[in-house]
Amino acid sequence: MTETVVAAAGSGWLRIIIGLIVVLLFSQLNALFLVWLERKVAGHIQLRPGPMEVGPHGILQTIADGIKLVGKELITPRSADRILFVIAPVLVFMPVLVAFLVLPFDQHLIIRDMNVGLLLIFAFSTFSVLAILLGGWASNNKYALLGAIRSVAQNVAYEIPLLLSVMSVVLMTHSFRFSEIVAAQHRFWFIFLQPVAGLIFFIAATAETNRAPFDIPEAESELIAGFHTEYSGMRFGLFFLAEYTNMFIVSAVAASLFFGGWQGPFGFSLGLPGLVWFLIKVYILLFVLMWFRWTFPRVRFDQLMNFSWKVMIPLSLANLLVTAVVVKLI
Amino acid sequence: MQLLIFNAFCVGAVVSALLMVTTKRPVRAAMSLVATMSFLAGLYVLLDAHLIAVLQLIVYAGAIMVLFLFVIMLLNVEEKEGKLAGKTMLLQAFATVVVGLVMVTMVGLFKANGSLGAAGDASDAFGTTKAVGQMLFTEYLLPFEIASLLLLAAIVGAVILAKRRIDDSGTE
Repeated sequence: MTETVVAAAGSGWLRIIIGLIVVLLFSQLNALFLVWLERKVAGHIQLRPGPMEVGPHGILQTIADGIKLVGKELITPRSADRILFVIAPVLVFMPVLVAFLVLPFDQHLIIRDMNVGLLLIFAFSTFSVLAILLGGWASNNKYALLGAIRSVAQNVAYEIPLLLSVMSVVLMTHSFRFSEIVAAQHRFWFIFLQPVAGLIFFIAATAETNRAPFDIPEAESELIAGFHTEYSGMRFGLFFLAEYTNMFIVSAVAASLFFGGWQGPFGFSLGLPGLVWFLIKVYILLFVLMWFRWTFPRVRFDQLMNFSWKVMIPLSLANLLVTAVVVKLI
Repeated sequence: MQLLIFNAFCVGAVVSALLMVTTKRPVRAAMSLVATMSFLAGLYVLLDAHLIAVLQLIVYAGAIMVLFLFVIMLLNVEEKEGKLAGKTMLLQAFATVVVGLVMVTMVGLFKANGSLGAAGDASDAFGTTKAVGQMLFTEYLLPFEIASLLLLAAIVGAVILAKRRIDDSGTE
């Protein structure tokens, strides 16, 4: 089925434009769903039902919240750096769109199967950190600035183990191309062959998306709301949207690198199309991310940095070395 | 189409570079630098050097973030109201023109010499990770190792500088 859709979409510019529209729609719907899911998961873990009033089981609650957010006034603090303050929320959403360009939803459902696809996502993810720093600085507010600085320190520290763990997968497949990485997991998912790398990737990705227990950039009990304290209305909405879409992207990358992407376990597809397999895996990983948030307490800043520099980086380097030796010998 | 994109990237790179050297606020200067680097990455993509473009973004956007942090921490978020040095303005303009002319002459010489490849379509493997890696570790191994030694020296230097400051503040 997907082949016919792709064939109908043609190639070149038309394909890019259609892809962009689909991606924009999907990222909105996905964020709406994830916000609802997060509140539901939080509710049930704390033995309460979560949102129940708007729509069946509160499914329309986020839409109501979204409409409220659009209607709010956009406030720019008087002492803020106006240009940078306005640019930051736009800049935070840009890398999110680029990542969808290379994500492999199905064997033929990739907008652009680039030679350096995997690296492209990491290249653009640095921009969202830049946007957070920019937003925190331009607000001219001490809580926002503290949150932004923490965010950068954390992201610089956790990007290293993230990239190193990805490299051990790349060493096994000899490619940065998503389609080849997923195709290489036809029999065995890489989580079985690279369990250490998979674990490091998932922990580092949790930190990269500023999710609890690594959410010190927006620790509400000490920093109000961290870097987006001064943002209101849809500017805040864009930060929020980008955070949830980023969660989707890291889960999608984890699913394609370690859980076989569009393929069923051990080569059995069980009659389900690739897209369904892919989305099932991504949403299970997203659920685990939410589960983390309500299970682990927030770590202290020094614990966070020590854990990255003294545990994760040496471990991922050792894992990379072992992988290189084994790949060379086989 | 390609020419149009090329021109857009070129104008963007030059304009943001100009903004970087003329703006009075250090953070805006850092942001303009990011923009320049991103436009250069776009130019690399047009040259089919995808790996270099991506690395340009990873290395420079990441490094500039750290630079950004240092700006905030060392300048204490104060607005440093600097102005362009008027006295040396003429000298600066002169130096810029001379460097530009030297660059153009050198490219011209290389082209006349024939050591610069002629324009045309690159082979399929050009610019892929494999091709770049193979070049780096065979033909250009010595420059690569020298560059890595330089970087190592810079890291050691940075650690020593940072450590000394902590010791100083401890003894005072």
